[in-house]
Amino acid sequence: MEEKSYFEGLACGIKSLCTGLKTTMREFFTPKITEQYPENRKELQMFERFRGSLTMPHNEKNEHKCVGCGLCQMACPNGTINVTSEFYETEDGKKKKRLVKYEYNLGSCMFCQLCTQACPHGAIEFDQSFENAVFDRAKLIKTLNREGSKVQEK
Amino acid sequence: MFDFQIVSTWLHGVLTGVMPEWAAILTESVLVALLIITLYAVFAIVLIYMERKICAFFQCRLGPMRVGKWGLLQVFSDVFKMLTKEIIEMRQSDRLLHNMAPFLVVAASMTTFACLPWNMGGHIIDFNVGVFFFLAIGSIGVVGILLAGWSSNNKYSLIGAMRSGAQIISYELSIGMVMLTMICLTGTMSFSEICQQQADYGWNILRGHVPAVLAFIIYLIAGNAECNRGPFDLPESESELTAGYHTEYSGMHFGYYYLAEYLNLFICAGMATTIFLGGWAPIYFPGLEGFNDVMAMIPGCVWFLGKTFFVVFLLMWERWTFPRLRIDQILSLEWKYLLPFTMVLLVVMALCVSLGLTF
Repeated sequence: MEEKSYFEGLACGIKSLCTGLKTTMREFFTPKITEQYPENRKELQMFERFRGSLTMPHNEKNEHKCVGCGLCQMACPNGTINVTSEFYETEDGKKKKRLVKYEYNLGSCMFCQLCTQACPHGAIEFDQSFENAVFDRAKLIKTLNREGSKVQEK
Repeated sequence: MFDFQIVSTWLHGVLTGVMPEWAAILTESVLVALLIITLYAVFAIVLIYMERKICAFFQCRLGPMRVGKWGLLQVFSDVFKMLTKEIIEMRQSDRLLHNMAPFLVVAASMTTFACLPWNMGGHIIDFNVGVFFFLAIGSIGVVGILLAGWSSNNKYSLIGAMRSGAQIISYELSIGMVMLTMICLTGTMSFSEICQQQADYGWNILRGHVPAVLAFIIYLIAGNAECNRGPFDLPESESELTAGYHTEYSGMHFGYYYLAEYLNLFICAGMATTIFLGGWAPIYFPGLEGFNDVMAMIPGCVWFLGKTFFVVFLLMWERWTFPRLRIDQILSLEWKYLLPFTMVLLVVMALCVSLGLTF
């Protein structure tokens, strides 16, 4: 790179300094991003891609999309997910797998999102809740499928 | 415009009525000293709050919000924390110099603080070589900083103090040249006369047009360097020197440096106001008589403080925009750019004045 002459360097420097001053002055008037958390708890909106904790969405008929394949369990590097499934016989005599219990240990989850990417049916996703503190470690182990829920028929 | 001289003459009359002349002057001096110290503390609190808020706003944050409404009591709690802390005596440090250094810094800063023209007739220290006195007293602060670095018996303190010394002494040249440029325009060194002129003929920055505006910008750069602030805060660059020359200070001894830093900022801004923006003089547009009358109703101290805080804002803007310079960059900025530039500026201003190109 060629060395700039004295006056060129001076002009260049002043120009870049003015750019900096312009940027900070614009920033001075933009809305501030600070969230005053406990006070604004009611209206606080976490951004969409925030990974709070794993959930399994259920529709209004108490149906989820999980077929109990266990791919998420295999994808998890921490052994956070424990899928219990069973085989049952349908009316036309086919053997089919169904989910019994989907256990998720929030305490050992590192929120890498490998499970949601591995899931072929989009049955699990991360929500935006972040107030996950509890007094007992056992409370961190959550069952994600609700009582009496069944898989959504296609 | 309200002349503060009326109050001071009245007070002097009352005091000489009840006591001899010397006792009256002594009482007045004590009163003025108390007033300065109180103002010094009040402005320090205001400035620290302002700095924290403005810094936060430039960084898209809110700043202190929890202690009191909008964090208004945050600075008070910080000050009380500082007051309750222990002053630690270091082993093998030079006790006398170590304890004396912060007082030198604060004394220099307080004396320069007293040079500011607060109102018409409200000057505390005012005589015919006021600008010269201001520069001379301001330099005592460097002695305090150098002593602090030397007496701490700590290599980081010493490096910080040497850097600070090199920086302040070099930038004082620019400040001196800029002041000389403006004295060239005003023809007087006394702060009261400089202000009176600006009240009569308009602010210096308008009277001196181009060279005065350039001098003002250079003053803002060199002023920030004089206060060891902004992009020039490498005497206390945390990442290399822990805290520079005040590493070994604790409690209120550290507090004095902290106070002096903020008050030097205020003094620097106040001096810019006095020399460029008219001191206590209200804004004046020839022809707009109604507007001028309304402006003249606002007391001089409000004008002075308003303008000073505006300049403080400019200095903080500068500080929170630019990254810190290296020591060689700081010195080359001063010696290769600012100093030749101010010399040219002085000649240009002298030419403008002698050719009658100023207003």
